[in-house]
Amino acid sequence: MYAQMIKSTGQGVKSLDEMEPEERAFQERINAGGKIEPKDWMPEGYRKNLIRQIGQHAHSEIVGQLPEGNWITRAPTLERKAILLAKVQDEAGHGLYLYCAAETLGVTRDQMTRDLLSGKMKYSSIFNYPTLTWADMGAVGWLVDGAAIMNQVPLQRTSYGPYARAMVRICKEESFHQRQGFDIMMKMANGTPAQHKMAQDALNRFWYPSLMMFGPSDAESVHSAQSMAWKIKMNSNDELRQKFVDLTAPQAEYLGLTIPDDKLKFNEETGHYDFSEPDWDEFFDVLRGNGPCNTERLAARNKAWEDGRWVREGLLAHAEKKRSAKMAAE
Amino acid sequence: MNDPLFEFCCRMGDNTLVLGHRVSEWCGVAPVIEEDIALANIALDLIGQTQLWLGLAGEVEDAGRDADALAFHRDVWDFRNLLLVEQPNGDFGQTMMRQFLFDGWHLAMLKGLMTSSHDQIAAIAEKSVKEVTYHMERSSDTVIGLGDGTEESHKRMQDALNVLWPYAGEMFVSDNVDAAMVEAGIAPDPAALRAGFEALLADVLGAATLVRPEDDFAHKGGKNGVRHSEHLGHMLTNMQWLQRAYPDATW
Repeated sequence: MYAQMIKSTGQGVKSLDEMEPEERAFQERINAGGKIEPKDWMPEGYRKNLIRQIGQHAHSEIVGQLPEGNWITRAPTLERKAILLAKVQDEAGHGLYLYCAAETLGVTRDQMTRDLLSGKMKYSSIFNYPTLTWADMGAVGWLVDGAAIMNQVPLQRTSYGPYARAMVRICKEESFHQRQGFDIMMKMANGTPAQHKMAQDALNRFWYPSLMMFGPSDAESVHSAQSMAWKIKMNSNDELRQKFVDLTAPQAEYLGLTIPDDKLKFNEETGHYDFSEPDWDEFFDVLRGNGPCNTERLAARNKAWEDGRWVREGLLAHAEKKRSAKMAAE
Repeated sequence: MNDPLFEFCCRMGDNTLVLGHRVSEWCGVAPVIEEDIALANIALDLIGQTQLWLGLAGEVEDAGRDADALAFHRDVWDFRNLLLVEQPNGDFGQTMMRQFLFDGWHLAMLKGLMTSSHDQIAAIAEKSVKEVTYHMERSSDTVIGLGDGTEESHKRMQDALNVLWPYAGEMFVSDNVDAAMVEAGIAPDPAALRAGFEALLADVLGAATLVRPEDDFAHKGGKNGVRHSEHLGHMLTNMQWLQRAYPDATW
């Protein structure tokens, strides 16, 4: 999941009896598994919450191009270069349909972009970590896309129609990304000693940041309770994190790599892996802008936007001239 | 001289490899998301075509080198790409102008190759023509849109054309490799593609309100590998680093 710490109304979840008829009908529709569409009535809190969530997800896809783009020019074979290019292209595409989904809620892509560039809106903490070796392209696909899928698969059933439909397409592509990441990890883990070392190092660096992607425990969070009632959040952060660890731990073993957690152990009683929590102070530091790459990532996006201004203006001016010429001819 | 067929395949494959690499440098920093997607798409097509051309070059050479060995283990003097495609990206306008000039030549060359006497070359051309037709459509639309956009975009596009123009001529210079290809019915004579290119320029630059430079001086030395620009070495340093740093690894 690429959305973290999304604020909801901050109030408790209302019961159906406390709601006005409009809101009650809305909530009953959600409870019955129905979809809310752009022109339907919705509470203001639902709309705002979704804009934050979908916007953060879209921004994550866009910023997420950067750590992988870092290796496109250094990909070791033509095939790996092509696969990575295709992957990053998919991510830009995901950003685009998510911005479109958010636009159905009455916000423009330009406004969301401005909010990203000013730092007002966030993107996932994970993209503030550097990609240092080729094995990181494997780890990002395997762990980061793997963690994202955990949350995105259930979101295909989310209550907001345009978001659910965008998620269906995104999930198909993400599972391909995850597989290609694992394929890189297999090559690296089973390669030369230097490659194996790169694979282990990538796992060491990306393990805890991947666990952080789910966000801190939200068992007590009023925001999460409201989002879950609205079905724009389908599972708790802890549930998804556990699911991710349960799935990933045997994969690491298969690769012959060691997850950097002494406490990681399968618990026969619970049927799940026990594991250590990530360092949440580090997580909050990253959210505050103090991750290893926050400054570079935002600077890169700001520079791209500024450098591209003349292009956007030029193309708009040309389209305007064409429109005027056509109108004059008619 | 090397086998002219090997040389020819390297020329085609090195053009797509070097330009594909340049275009891929835009990843994540294009002016709008739609351009990020389109540029990645073009780079992807070009890298795919590289696999075919350099794969065929390896077969023709029959010395145990595959497309990756040719891409990642040759040095500057063995590269056979046009000087135009190794020029740095510059601003977005310069990247699109370079693309437009190259597409104009590339599409005409590929169309000629579709009737090649060499079956594999004809097949590669047939596949590539579909992709490059789209590249051409997009690069010419962008050159027109930005040339005939704002005062600033117009100036930037004219500057881009002026900077790149001395590298356009090399595309149409024929040498003994080309003569051997023409004689074997494998490829058209590049010099014969010039007239069509001039007609394309007149159309697109006209619509873009841009002026074709008068001086036709042309830098040479890319396609025959005699004298590349300094830029190519830096690109290879980046592109080939991993393969060269870990020569016994497979990826």
